[in-house]
Amino acid sequence: MDLVRYTLRRVFLSAFVVVGVTFLVFVVAQVVPSDPAALYAGPRPTAEQIAKARVTLDLDAPLPQRFVSFATAMGTGDFGVSYKSRRLISQDLRVYLPATLELAIFSTFLALLLGIPAGVIAAARRGSWLDRIGSLGSILSVAMPTFFFAMLLQLVFSQWLGILPLAGRLSQQISISDPLPFLTGFNLIDAVTAARPAVFLDALAHLILPALTLAAYPAGIAMRLTRAAMIEILARRHIVAARALGLSAPRILFGHALPNAVGPALTVIGLSFAYALTGAVLVEIIFAWPGLGRYVSEAILSKDFPVIAAATLVVTLCYVMMNLVIDLTQTLVDPRVALT
Amino acid sequence: MRCATVKGASAVTLLEIQGLSVTIPSALGPVQAVRSIDLCIARGEIHGLIGESGCGKTMTGMALLGLTPAYAQVAARVIEFDGVDISNSAADLRGRRIALISQDPAAALNPVLTIGRQMDDVLRTHSSNSKAHRAATAVALLAATGLADAPQLMKRYPHQLSGGMQQRVVIAQALATGADFLIADEPTTALDVTVGAQVLALLRKLVVDRGLTVLMITHDMDVVAAVCDRATVLYAGLSVETGPASAILTHPRHPYAAALLAALPDAAPRGQRLAAIGGQIPPSTETISGCAFSPRCPAVMALCHTMSPPARGAGNHRWLCHLAQCAP
Amino acid sequence: MSAFVRRLGFGGTLCLALIVTFALLALFAPWLSPYPDQGMGTPNVIAKLKPPAATFWLGTDHLGRDVLSRVIFGARVSMSAGLLIVAFSLLIGLPVGLLAGYFGGWVDEALMRITDVFLAFPALLLAVLLAAALGPGLLNSIVAVAVTWWPWYARMARAEVLVLRGQPYVEAASVMGVSQARIAIRHILPGAARPLLVQAALDVGPALLTASSLSFLGLGVLPPTADWGKMVDEGRKFFPDRWWVAAAPGVAIFLLALAFSVLGDALRNREGGKRRDTT
Repeated sequence: MDLVRYTLRRVFLSAFVVVGVTFLVFVVAQVVPSDPAALYAGPRPTAEQIAKARVTLDLDAPLPQRFVSFATAMGTGDFGVSYKSRRLISQDLRVYLPATLELAIFSTFLALLLGIPAGVIAAARRGSWLDRIGSLGSILSVAMPTFFFAMLLQLVFSQWLGILPLAGRLSQQISISDPLPFLTGFNLIDAVTAARPAVFLDALAHLILPALTLAAYPAGIAMRLTRAAMIEILARRHIVAARALGLSAPRILFGHALPNAVGPALTVIGLSFAYALTGAVLVEIIFAWPGLGRYVSEAILSKDFPVIAAATLVVTLCYVMMNLVIDLTQTLVDPRVALT
Repeated sequence: MRCATVKGASAVTLLEIQGLSVTIPSALGPVQAVRSIDLCIARGEIHGLIGESGCGKTMTGMALLGLTPAYAQVAARVIEFDGVDISNSAADLRGRRIALISQDPAAALNPVLTIGRQMDDVLRTHSSNSKAHRAATAVALLAATGLADAPQLMKRYPHQLSGGMQQRVVIAQALATGADFLIADEPTTALDVTVGAQVLALLRKLVVDRGLTVLMITHDMDVVAAVCDRATVLYAGLSVETGPASAILTHPRHPYAAALLAALPDAAPRGQRLAAIGGQIPPSTETISGCAFSPRCPAVMALCHTMSPPARGAGNHRWLCHLAQCAP
Repeated sequence: MSAFVRRLGFGGTLCLALIVTFALLALFAPWLSPYPDQGMGTPNVIAKLKPPAATFWLGTDHLGRDVLSRVIFGARVSMSAGLLIVAFSLLIGLPVGLLAGYFGGWVDEALMRITDVFLAFPALLLAVLLAAALGPGLLNSIVAVAVTWWPWYARMARAEVLVLRGQPYVEAASVMGVSQARIAIRHILPGAARPLLVQAALDVGPALLTASSLSFLGLGVLPPTADWGKMVDEGRKFFPDRWWVAAAPGVAIFLLALAFSVLGDALRNREGGKRRDTT
């Protein structure tokens, strides 16, 4: 019963947040810029062109009405037309969103893979050299500017060692001469469904550096949180009790202590997913990754507000959904959460 | 090895400890959590380990389980379990021959794992039976601790159970290890009085039915009266009196044991003040000269402050005191 | 002095020294930089992309300007961006949190739902959208980041107020008839502000990182003003062959952010220790 009520409340709040987010994006994209009509009308517009644009964009309608039509359009997937390219934004999103999600999901995965075991080991072997290196790494990762770290990784792994591609999502010979059929937009998945292992590996190789860039900071956080949580958990009485029952050390560490740390781990998923979505704007430029981030940063230069607004909204919705799923998972994993 | 029992006859000794000490280094100098404890427990008995908080009860239990902190130094002249010296191998017996029933069952169970999973984790550690077989064993053990509807219970989480049920699960886990010696650390403190009584009755029944031996760590004389066959009284990390529970409860020999009994509410006649024990336990960082209880003893004599008290009594009832006869 | 070092720890003191150095460089940039005019943007086309040497310690950029001078002048922008973002955010977040925590009820509910909406955005993305809408410029980018930043302080202030309101001395003051406004200002504000200021010190690093990210995207200062984020972006075209153009400002951002974060940690530990002592 509590679980049901908690779930309903959580879903309701998320719905409210979605409306609020839409409103905020509407205000910033349509009300704050000085004259959207001039932007829409193109370079050096005539007064007549601007007047026409005002009608097209419905700028003279009262604000509430404009918001309702904006929200309705967004809700139905009609994101409008790019000022610059005049292409349908929804079509662009279909290509760019999966690219960004693929990067974000993979980097989240990478962050957990690096951070959580490191945190567990650091907690189990407190004060060891591994603990120290991990702590140092997590302090450094907090201060490292994403865009600069990306360049350093390119320098080391691509220029010096030459083991990973410098940029892009697929090698030229594949993307130009023999492109993947567009199915999900996730290259890794599309390569599997098309049964092309070479393409899969190529996509993976291109994914590693940008994902690593985005994973560094969340991995540091993941390690810190996991370490702190595990140290606290390992001192609990039920761990002493488990030891008194003769359970083996690995079973206690992974079977009994780690499930108690799922809370912090889930928190890290949300955090690192958000970080990846955010950092995509920076990282995608540097790695020439054809995703939403690069789409947005190009739109910034041309003041293409419908594009920026649509991309911001879509990415934020992904993030809100992700948080909702994480919160509800939290209650499944630890049934006490819903009670509080 | 023979050990005195209640009836005065001899029975097989399960645990024999002489001069157990646990020292923990600290910034203020070594802390003597346990100074010198002798303990002799016969197979099949419930042996009470009585004392105030800070007297070394729990640390003694932890030492027997090999669960003292890594930096603690454990030493003993004799420490034998079932006739075998275990001074270096206490941890090997942990969860095989010796199991712990801890104080607060809510804290002793993992909050995020089901009862079934926690039972199974113990069973798979100690046997190579199939999963189905283990599940059946788990249900049987839960039922044996008096839990109704054990199959349903397997799917529940600890927080969905009452304190009494949680403690029964903890006992079932201890049974699942196959241990024949249980260390029960204040198993009823966290429970309501009536529920506590039921848990004690269960332990008594298990001792009879399964031939278990229990070390009952407690500060509560009522618990001793309810279930213990024999008991040892601790004071400041020292065992000061040991004997049949009935003898200690009715004719305590050591002044401290006498004072503990007198402090019980129903020991004092109505309308009279309770006999509180004045003063405090000596700090565990101090070395004791003479008798540890001398600063608080109502029958203190001059030599109590300077000379260690001699061992008195014979057979199954012994104590450490300068008084030749009996406590006041 | 030695007591001071002991309180902050060795790392904390070192970081404080680093921050003070950057602050002094920023303040006295026109006198401390070797080529002040280039630091302020005057091109020097005869010496384009020269590697580090005796004349140009950190080399020159694509317009022949001394990178060291540009980095020193850039410290002005990064320092003030980091501090102003946090200051603006506190200015909005603290009152909102105080109001929500103090009045409770529907005021609390309404204000907290508003913070929910702001926190639902991946932070940099909202800042990018806002900065783009406001147009380029340092102040605009600072405002854009602060708008995404304040809800954290509002949440934190609210939590502190809720704790403080339950304290016996606050309840006692209320029982004795001290006016509500007076209680809020005399008892609650100072107590709630303290942990927030520590958090703010901890946030200067991330704030200047975010500001430099915006600048990297072309949403910060206008040319020819020197700014680290922008300099990394400009240097990217010549990276890694002419690594110094991007490396120097990149390392500067890293060092300053690191210094603020380690110093903040040291402050927080000290504060934590102090709090434990009083309770």
